[in-house]
Amino acid sequence: MIQFEDVKKTYEDGREVLKSVNLDIQAGEITVLIGPSGCGKTTTMKLINRLIAPSAGQIRIDGQDIAKSDPVGLRRKIGYVIQNIGLFPHMTIAKNVGVVPRLLKWDRAATDRRVDELLSLVGLDSEIYRSRYPSELSGGQQQRIGVIRALAADPDIILMDEPFSALDPISREQLQNELIRLQQELRKTIVFVTHDMDEAIKLGDTIVLMKDGNIVQTGRPEQILRHPANDFVKSFIGKKRLANEHQPDELPIVDEVMVEHPATASPTRGLAEAVKMMEKRRVDSLLIVDKNNRLQGSVSIYRVLDQYGEESKTVADVMKPVEHVVQTGTSLSAALQIMSEHQLSNLAVVREDRQFVGLITRGTVVSHMAGMYASERPGESDHVAV
Amino acid sequence: MNNDSQGVMGWLNYMQDHAGYLLSLTWGHLVMVFCGLGLALLVGIPLGVVCAKNEKLAPWILTTANIIQVLPSLALLALVMIMLGLGFKTIVFSLFLYSLLPIIRNTYVGLKEVDAGVNEAGKGVGMSAWQLLFKVQLPLSLPFLMAGLRLAAVIAIGVATLAPLIGGEGLGREIYAGLNLRNNLKIYAGAIPAALLAILADIVLGKLQDKLKQGRRQAKV
Ligand SMILES: Nc1ncnc2c1ncn2[C@@H]1O[C@H](COP(=O)(O)OP(=O)(O)OP(=O)(O)O)[C@@H](O)[C@H]1O
Ligand SMILES: [Mg+2]
Repeated sequence: MIQFEDVKKTYEDGREVLKSVNLDIQAGEITVLIGPSGCGKTTTMKLINRLIAPSAGQIRIDGQDIAKSDPVGLRRKIGYVIQNIGLFPHMTIAKNVGVVPRLLKWDRAATDRRVDELLSLVGLDSEIYRSRYPSELSGGQQQRIGVIRALAADPDIILMDEPFSALDPISREQLQNELIRLQQELRKTIVFVTHDMDEAIKLGDTIVLMKDGNIVQTGRPEQILRHPANDFVKSFIGKKRLANEHQPDELPIVDEVMVEHPATASPTRGLAEAVKMMEKRRVDSLLIVDKNNRLQGSVSIYRVLDQYGEESKTVADVMKPVEHVVQTGTSLSAALQIMSEHQLSNLAVVREDRQFVGLITRGTVVSHMAGMYASERPGESDHVAV
Repeated sequence: MNNDSQGVMGWLNYMQDHAGYLLSLTWGHLVMVFCGLGLALLVGIPLGVVCAKNEKLAPWILTTANIIQVLPSLALLALVMIMLGLGFKTIVFSLFLYSLLPIIRNTYVGLKEVDAGVNEAGKGVGMSAWQLLFKVQLPLSLPFLMAGLRLAAVIAIGVATLAPLIGGEGLGREIYAGLNLRNNLKIYAGAIPAALLAILADIVLGKLQDKLKQGRRQAKV
């Protein structure tokens, strides 16, 4: 357990960045610090591994005052994922991941084994990635490396400062799911900073809401959603989520549930391009829209691969017309009915003039429902791949 | 002018006839340059580190090195000669002084250029200040240091041709002999190899610098 007791931080310029923080961070849980930019989340986190010294107050880890510990030793026992990744550009991925084990003088074989294990944990083939440099990885892969570097020496405490912030929504979701999966196995004490409330609700066992150097509210996500302490918390949670909390019986319309920027392509795209786009967006079909954003048809990966050999073909040649669509404003239940009647895995939402606006997938429906009827553990609903 | 008729062939013949002597002069030239640069690295890198770690001292150190650098080379040689007398150690010491600024300054700039996030990551994973310096900061500033060394080497090879004026060796000897005897062949025999040495050093160290940059590209988010 990590305890903050009356911790204050004032910088040399006289700004009081933390004003008497009292906080118990439970062992084996994910505690999410959330709040607007500049409220002191990073400062709070860096106090734990002594990258910043408090101006007043005490911080204890398992009852020990950390001010009395050796900072270098302390940091080797605490995993740290910094806000902007901070991989060492001159070290290979293997060197980066193994940096703490090497500082701790593990023997080489053990370090190598650990590095391979961690790479496979986040789905990176160690044959390929071990000897690469950070600049040769995508942003998402770099963030994965940042995360496993923090795990390398198997620390009990891990600090993660907006580890997924630089990612596109899809990789972000993936990494969040990976973290949830890992945490179910590892049961670390994780302090996680974000300013995304969805992320906080998804990952947090406890959420700590901060504002201007104060803690405004601490509690389980459920508690905070149901009983926001004041208007600030309410505004931070957002109207949509509060509305969902209060009127779970009112059925939503498709506009609220749909994915707004699904994978689309214009009719003139070639088949190889289509495959690339599907790969990138991790989907198995593309919707084809013309330049006025009117829905023309859809192609599945199977149809594309079937005709892949013919280089002159475009997606327009292989697409199928879209037989079922719903208009904006349709109720979700009507849309669901259409989907189950025709065995559709997704359903396009269009305006009256057939302008394409979004897509309903089974995944979005499930996660929407789960969000609405959120019960004890909000994390659970999100394992559904969208 | 008296030798011009002999042209390039004459020069090549001369070079061939005196190959052994010229090689030994080149070797002497290189030894002076290596010693000067070596000393400059030995002293300049730590001073660069001090500059980067201590912003108060930095302007003093850099300004001093700068003043030394802008002194005309003959004046510097004369000053050092007054202190150390004639000979090898005087020229080496002068070359050392001349190379100091590029090395201090580039070490300093290189260390300053290390990304704040990377520094923090180093501290955050539990590196001591020395480990951070040797495992992260210095390796990352190596391309900068190499650029400084390259500059210093080119300057030093040039300045070293003045060595004979204060009793030193090197290709300068052939140049001055040529000047005294009005023998253009001798002048070329000294000057051209010296110029080639400078160009060669520039190319080789430039290659090394590029190599260091590879794989050290800043991680992008
Ligand atoms: N070294 C410093 N000197 C002076 N003020 C600082 C220093 N570091 C941070 N601050 C200030 O402290 C406040 C809190 O900073 P902190 O980095 O903890 O914010 P944060 O909540 O992590 O914000 P963000 O979400 O933008 O990362 C900010 O107003 C910042 O300007
Ligand atoms: Mg921050």
